[in-house]
Amino acid sequence: MKFGVVVFPGSNCDADVKHVLQDVVNQDTRFVWHKDPLPRALDCVVLPGGFSYGDYLRTGAIARFSPVMEGVMEFAAQGGLVLGICNGFQVLTEAGLLPGALMVNKNLKFMCKPVYLRVEHNGTPFTNALNAGDVIEVPIAHGEGNYFADPEVLEEIERNNQVVFRYCTREGVVNAQANPNGSVNNIAGLINKEGNVLGMMPHPERCSEEVIGRVDGIKVFQSIINWWQGRK
Amino acid sequence: MYLARVFVALKKGVLDPQGETIKRSLASMDFPGVEEVRVGKVIELKLDAVSEDHVRTQIEQMCKKLLANPVIEEYSFEIMEV
Repeated sequence: MKFGVVVFPGSNCDADVKHVLQDVVNQDTRFVWHKDPLPRALDCVVLPGGFSYGDYLRTGAIARFSPVMEGVMEFAAQGGLVLGICNGFQVLTEAGLLPGALMVNKNLKFMCKPVYLRVEHNGTPFTNALNAGDVIEVPIAHGEGNYFADPEVLEEIERNNQVVFRYCTREGVVNAQANPNGSVNNIAGLINKEGNVLGMMPHPERCSEEVIGRVDGIKVFQSIINWWQGRK
Repeated sequence: MYLARVFVALKKGVLDPQGETIKRSLASMDFPGVEEVRVGKVIELKLDAVSEDHVRTQIEQMCKKLLANPVIEEYSFEIMEV
């Protein structure tokens, strides 16, 4: 499977994602510089975490107009798999590929810690190696992960089962105490209606190897590969 | 030459954590009666353009496309000749 990891000026999780894809799950992975056109023949595009354009104006707002994004929009419209992690999620909402917006954390602090996520459903290309109801432990590292959507949009998102991950307690209870940033309905990860674009604030690439202590994140990448292999 | 001043603020109904924190701070400093604080930003642009109408159209487009995020923000602007 061919992965492309987009590199914006200020991306800083690009090498981590590439390492996991290339060296842990052994896939053909290349960087794509934001000024270059999106290469043809990619099977999945990853928008990595970081601080593209220094988070100037709004997180993801400037990156969304990088030349590569035209190709990403087209790729997504044709059903290509797009995974946005952290800043990548912010870019996807700014680009309108996902509904809502990510605002400054409710407590105004940069939150950097492992959190628990409840897997809401596994019928997606990104979660088929998990079970609905599973609780996984994945680190967050963001100052602007407070997901917001107005009530009508939120209702539509919930009705369409677009929420893929919610912040929860270790036992899987979704409540205010388990919500690190003030996100509405504890939303940590969200998929588009068509089911091919996922955005998530937590970092699965930071917990994909035994050697760094946590491995729950690898299942997101394995799911993508499973899905692609099942489709061939 | 024209100067445009664009004001961007969170929409009513969108919680503003910075505003809330400033409000609490003001209350603790003994400024009574502050009922609401909203934080926004001001963006100043100098433009070389043929007419104020043209500037208005341009700024409107800029706000819609980049300067404000319509999901959470609202904007207004003023234009003056300089």
